[in-house]
Amino acid sequence: MKSLLKTALLKGAISIAVVGVSTTTAFAADITGAGATFPYPIYAKWAEAYKAKTGSNMNYQSIGSSGGIKQIKAKTVDFGATDNPVKFDDLEKEGLVQFPAIIGGVVPVINVDGVKPGEIKLDGPTLADIFQGTITNWGDKRIAIMNPGVKIPSGDITVVHRADGSGTTAIFTDYLAKTSNLWKDAVGAGPAVKWPAASSVGGKGNEGVAANVSRVKNSVGYVEYAYAKKNKMTYISLKNKDGNFVAPDDLTFAAAAAGTDWSKIPGMGTFITNASGAKSWPITGASFILVYKNPDNKAGAAEVLKFFDFAFKEGKKMAEDLDYVAMPDATTDYIRKNIWSAVKTK
Amino acid sequence: MYSHLDSTSGAVSPQALKKAKVQRLQDAIFHRGTQFFALSVLFALLGIIISLVINAWPALHEFGPGFFFTEEWDVVNGEFGGLIAIYGTLATSIIALLIAVPLSFGIAVFLTELCPGPLRRPLGTAVELLAAVPSIIYGMFGLFIFAPIFAEYIQPVLAATLGQIPGFGILFRGAFNGIGILCAGLILAMMILPFIASVMRDVFEVVPPVLKESAYGIGCTTWEVVRKIVLPYTKAGVIGGIMLGLGRALGETMAVTFVIGNAHRLSPSLFAPGNSIASTLANEFGEAEFGPHFSSLFALALALFIITFLVLAAAKWLLVSMEKKQGLKT
Repeated sequence: MKSLLKTALLKGAISIAVVGVSTTTAFAADITGAGATFPYPIYAKWAEAYKAKTGSNMNYQSIGSSGGIKQIKAKTVDFGATDNPVKFDDLEKEGLVQFPAIIGGVVPVINVDGVKPGEIKLDGPTLADIFQGTITNWGDKRIAIMNPGVKIPSGDITVVHRADGSGTTAIFTDYLAKTSNLWKDAVGAGPAVKWPAASSVGGKGNEGVAANVSRVKNSVGYVEYAYAKKNKMTYISLKNKDGNFVAPDDLTFAAAAAGTDWSKIPGMGTFITNASGAKSWPITGASFILVYKNPDNKAGAAEVLKFFDFAFKEGKKMAEDLDYVAMPDATTDYIRKNIWSAVKTK
Repeated sequence: MYSHLDSTSGAVSPQALKKAKVQRLQDAIFHRGTQFFALSVLFALLGIIISLVINAWPALHEFGPGFFFTEEWDVVNGEFGGLIAIYGTLATSIIALLIAVPLSFGIAVFLTELCPGPLRRPLGTAVELLAAVPSIIYGMFGLFIFAPIFAEYIQPVLAATLGQIPGFGILFRGAFNGIGILCAGLILAMMILPFIASVMRDVFEVVPPVLKESAYGIGCTTWEVVRKIVLPYTKAGVIGGIMLGLGRALGETMAVTFVIGNAHRLSPSLFAPGNSIASTLANEFGEAEFGPHFSSLFALALALFIITFLVLAAAKWLLVSMEKKQGLKT
């Protein structure tokens, strides 16, 4: 009996030792990240390519932007990811650095009978009024004035929004607040807001909003571009800061990003909403990465920087294929020189 | 035992003594073991209550007991109240019960009293299988299939009929979205129906045949037998089944999140989207920042806990008072 116990204990000790060894060897090469759902497809694609090239794993859990911030602060991951940039003061207080990794767009989508993608044109204040519930019918005069010649059947509008807190909502409401003072005063901007329209319905996640917009007649919602494209949803053309009506695609997202001078923004945290430029899509946003300046796991942090260096250099085509916009070279150079240099990796 | 040992041998043999000791030890271990398991339930319950109260405390402290009666839920400005979610939870559960209880009763009566033999098993199995369907599937069915049909065909009819009744009609007016409080209640009814029906069927089956046969013998109709013999005999089980269903309806998360509309708004119409406690938690917990929002979500969880507890207590009280009344009668 005693000897049996002894062997069992011994076996246990050996297996613990083995596991211990295997985790430490894996630790040097494998990195973990958590956060925003919006960049998940491209991070997963990059991770695949990175593993093929270096043999190192990058495990990314798309748990949402706030979750990503929580996880990096709890130091359970090597990097956090958020669509809703952390303010510079908070970064300094926590000892974090932040840099944008990928750019994408948020697209208003509708379900109105007989209306083709891009056919309905709106500007920011009108869109804000729809989401605020002051315009309640597609036959409203203010919509008609902006769309001469387009036949829009009248019908009560149902507003669809994200029910969960989300970086997509943060980007979208930031745009509405920038273009409409009424929205700014009554609702504000953030990852979750109090939706004022009497008709508004919430969906969980981009797929929830997409599902609701496709099911509910005369509805309007907002999703990330990839979802609109994948589900062949009817999008709206928007008037940008320069006064041109533009349709969402990677070119108009890139145009918006080109007009942003990241080096002027402390902590690099900004939404690229209502950007100037003739072709700029007005609801564009970047997804950000958070890393500690003085990380506990230095090897992990070094690997994170190596991973994103690879992504910036060789991941552009992959980003394009998935309808994202890669960061411009000037910006990635700036990130390497000014942000990454602050991270202690040794 | 002592006298038995005494009478056979006069003294206890050492082997018997040893055996008795081992047995006593076994008994003691068994006793302590089962006691530990039983107590662990109590500790888990206490642990849950304590952690809920601790986490909910900042919100309850800041907003006071008014938290449970305030409509406001504004994440941007940090103002929170639980009324909308509490109303949504209660409204959807009550709708579900109003529909599911009579239907389940009918199903159980048919299965136990009227159903021809060969049909009894397949029907009973179907009811049980319905209970085994995961809630996410009800949610998907609700959002993708039921809601559009509901919006297109059922809501207009309801609005044209029930919606025209003065006063009461306000419940059935508004936009025909499909999703909303009423839709969530209907999906919940579908979900709890098999629970209640299968419990009712099981308890109806244990009514002694001699009681029913005597009633039939003196010329009672089936309804009279069910009303005067079966129901009084099984009421504890019936109420238990209903409470089981209600418990599931109150806490149901995924299916409700799909179809309730997830809007923090209080509306007199049942067509309007709303929010239940469980759906609010499911939607917002992952992204809630520490602070009033996080704590308010815990306060909502506490409210759900209290509601469930009150429902259980009310059921127990109902049973006890019914037994008392019966005791007085006979």
